Amino acid sequence: MGYPHPSHPKETVVLSKHFGDPEARTYAGWVRHGGYEALRKAVGMSREAIVEEVKASGLRGRGGAGFPTGLKWSFMPKDVVRPHYLVCNADESEPGTFKDREIMRWTPHALIEGCAIAAYAIGAERCYVYIRGEFTEPWKVMNAAVEEAVAAGALGDDVFGSGKRIEIVLHRGAGAYICGEETAMMNSLEGRRGNPRIKPPYPAVAGLFGMPTTINNVETLAAVPHILNRGAAWYKALCLGNPKSTGTKLVSVCGHVQRPGNYEVTMGTPMRDILYDMCGGPPAGRTIKAVIPGGSSVPIMTLEEAESALFDYEGVVEKGSMLGSAGMIVMDDRTDMVYQIWRLARFYAHESCAQCTQCREGTAWTTRVLERILAGKGKQEDFQLLLDLSENMTGKTICVLSDSCAAPVVSGIQKFRSEFEAYIAGAREPSLAAV
Amino acid sequence: MSGSHGGTAGHGTAPAEEHIPVFTGPTRARLEQLFTKYPTRQACLLPALWMVQEARGWISEQAIGEVADVLELTPAYVKGVVTFYTMYHTHPVGRHFVQVCTTSPCNICGAEDVVKALLQETGCGELGATSPDGRFTVIEVECLGACGFPTPILVDDDFIENVTPEKVRGIVQRYQ
Ligand SMILES: Cc1cc2nc3c(=O)[nH]c(=O)nc-3n(C[C@H](O)[C@H](O)[C@H](O)COP(=O)(O)O)c2cc1C
Ligand code: SF4
Ligand code: FES
Repeated sequence: MGYPHPSHPKETVVLSKHFGDPEARTYAGWVRHGGYEALRKAVGMSREAIVEEVKASGLRGRGGAGFPTGLKWSFMPKDVVRPHYLVCNADESEPGTFKDREIMRWTPHALIEGCAIAAYAIGAERCYVYIRGEFTEPWKVMNAAVEEAVAAGALGDDVFGSGKRIEIVLHRGAGAYICGEETAMMNSLEGRRGNPRIKPPYPAVAGLFGMPTTINNVETLAAVPHILNRGAAWYKALCLGNPKSTGTKLVSVCGHVQRPGNYEVTMGTPMRDILYDMCGGPPAGRTIKAVIPGGSSVPIMTLEEAESALFDYEGVVEKGSMLGSAGMIVMDDRTDMVYQIWRLARFYAHESCAQCTQCREGTAWTTRVLERILAGKGKQEDFQLLLDLSENMTGKTICVLSDSCAAPVVSGIQKFRSEFEAYIAGAREPSLAAV
Repeated sequence: MSGSHGGTAGHGTAPAEEHIPVFTGPTRARLEQLFTKYPTRQACLLPALWMVQEARGWISEQAIGEVADVLELTPAYVKGVVTFYTMYHTHPVGRHFVQVCTTSPCNICGAEDVVKALLQETGCGELGATSPDGRFTVIEVECLGACGFPTPILVDDDFIENVTPEKVRGIVQRYQ
């Protein structure tokens, strides 16, 4: 549902059904809502059968990359000769994205159940949930829920009397966007600086503590109990014409809309429906100028692109961007695109872990060039300079943070060039002091 | 990582007080309990640093030494980790630590005006500085993961959503 707003008829409410309902936060309440049936069922199944079911559902990773979840799980060694680990990525720091937070705040047991099922399916006895340090309320709610689940026998040395051992350990981050990147997260969990690792080796071979590891996003894991309860076929049927993108997706909508919030839609829903029907469109008297559909790391869409896109992995790509984390940032006609692109570049410059030269230097220079333009000191050559910097930052580094910085810059210049021109020509008042 | 935004104005040099160990009694027991949850002691570094900050409000050189000792790491290593993460304070801060999101989604909804109102109402004057009465330190931070409720701020552990300049005075008054 469009938490904090009531559910809209065009939503398909699965994960968000109990957002805002305090009862769902407790173990007893969750069980009354049908909770933990899936875990009971899972521990009676073989590991392979669970992986196959998730594969068949078409579920893809909700953390940003959209990698097929069942396939990822199948990369884990069949025999458990060394400890296996599951890591749940609850670092949610991608600007525009605030869905995992609501899952943890309102339905902590959905996540715990998903973690337990996934841990069992990949042969792990321990799952670390890495929660960003700023999420103080989700942290408390999750701690209480884990305690309750242990007391109820849903976690521990003998899960529901099955003889299976599953432990969940909550780990608090300490402020670093980059720790959302999976290998940086593993380093951070090991008590290191959050620098991403060079791949290969991939986590399924040598991940956390050098052991076979699977890492999944909160929303991905929270979807798993529903798949086991209602079947892969049911989940797969939740799509509007494109069988490559299945299920429901939480869309966090923020910025210039009348009803910002988390909406849950069937994959393939027209973006128009989300923007206008669910969110009520832009504030009165305004028009939408730009939409960033998948968190700040994806290319900016024009209104025309956004209005014609279908909201699923392929649909958004077709219209020039990416689904990413489905954090939709809406900007109306008042928005200074150059200023906001600068603000995003500054975000990436601040969050770069600084181990790759292209990223460390590129994000900093991009920020400085944009600052110069905003201060009224821009030159025509700056367009090429920004594009060259972006080119240098794309596809050349250990992780894609660097590419993410280039995305809004390149798409911004392509689609909103006249706004840059206005600053450079002195037709617009500088909005930053000279640097 | 370049640390949090806002410079270090007002921090001055850390006072060379005598360090009272953090990892004794119940805190030590909590840490020992954590050791059982990880295959290495080093993995308890972030949790241990949180314990120090909870107990002392910030993480001093001496505290870094103590953490290094307890986890069998070197102080230089621990310091390298501490400085990577923006939420650990390596200097004393005001009694109430205020973090305001100003990243684009909040920025387009007026976050910079919230920052101005906070700096004025708290008396901090500038980002990163502690107010003369020692009550507040205000810093700008990146996305707090609550972009649909602009502008979110964190006052200590209290996550407050939908903050507007008009609401700032009332919020500031709640923290003495
Ligand atoms: C810079 C960067 C930041 C990321 N931040 C997050 C994050 O906050 N949460 C998340 O789930 N995935 C994040 N990811 C994606 C993860 O690396 C990883 O792909 C994901 O957690 C895998 O889970 P999934 O397959 O269930 O989506 C980030 C990636 C990069 C490169
Ligand atoms: S691309 Fe940037 S953030 Fe990613 S590893 Fe390299 S320097 Fe670090
Ligand atoms: S941008 Fe402010 S909370 Fe996300």
